[in-house]
Amino acid sequence: MSVQLRMSEHIVPLRIYITIFLALLVGTGLTVWAGGHDFPGSLNVIIALTIAVIKATLVVLYFMHVRYSSRLIWVVFTAALFWLGILFALTLSDYWTRGWLPIS
Amino acid sequence: MEHKASHPALQHHFENLEQQREAGTLGMWVFLVTEIMFFGGMFLAYTLYRTKYPQAFASASNHLSLPLGTINTGVLILSSFTMALAVYSAQTGKRRGQIVCLALTLLLGLTFLGIKAIEYHDKYVDHLIPGRLIPGRPFDASGVHLLPGAAKQNVEMFYWIYFAMTGMHAVHMIIGVGLLSVILYFAARGRYGPEYHNPVEISGLYWHFVDIIWIFLFPLLYLLGRHLEH
Repeated sequence: MSVQLRMSEHIVPLRIYITIFLALLVGTGLTVWAGGHDFPGSLNVIIALTIAVIKATLVVLYFMHVRYSSRLIWVVFTAALFWLGILFALTLSDYWTRGWLPIS
Repeated sequence: MEHKASHPALQHHFENLEQQREAGTLGMWVFLVTEIMFFGGMFLAYTLYRTKYPQAFASASNHLSLPLGTINTGVLILSSFTMALAVYSAQTGKRRGQIVCLALTLLLGLTFLGIKAIEYHDKYVDHLIPGRLIPGRPFDASGVHLLPGAAKQNVEMFYWIYFAMTGMHAVHMIIGVGLLSVILYFAARGRYGPEYHNPVEISGLYWHFVDIIWIFLFPLLYLLGRHLEH
């Protein structure tokens, strides 16, 4: 039985954990560095959010083992992002478009 | 292959430990989905008010301590790493490593909360606790250096959102510390090994989730106006 158990559970090697940890530290350093530089337009926000999304993805895929998890976990997690997308898209399509048309 | 109740941790309503593990992990993920929606609402509020009052938000953000925020980000990432190692130790049957890693995670979580408390105290000293939450010490933005175009009255909104988001995050950290204390207690008694370690695994999921929230909070709250301050 224990053989059957170990086959179904993927054990992430130590080397990957260390790599992800270092990548997260580098990402933090990068985002602090980029935060102090004045990039044109709204590039500062885009850089900060891109780094944050990459860091979060690394945590989800490797620390939280989603990369090695069943399809069901993928569906549940993607559903969360999908509903979060609806929350933002519908609300912002209201707030950010106010004043586009003159009110008679 | 069917040896029911072959492991003392196997609950009677599961066929085997594997099914029990899958169910537990799925349950934690469903809970985390609700957590994503919960924090999502606050991130949405942040987005709306930040786009409405960009200069005031940048001014208020610059008043936060970047060194303390950066150190706390490092502390939390390190704690996520030690948490991942605790799960790894349980999976590979390294009992001592499991206990050491859980204890380290717990300590780092407490370090984060301690640094957060120092930051909150600094805000208290600077009269930056919003509204009239502190009796006899109403919010006063006089100490905040205003960037051009920033209206003083809008600085307070940043601090409402800052305290709501970091406060809820801190509450989750406190819950996580409680959770890890229980797990550490059972780990020390030798309950978790290669066959059964789902409680360690799903506590880890929760801990990593709280780390992810901070990964977004840190740039959004601490870094958004740094480049304008020259």
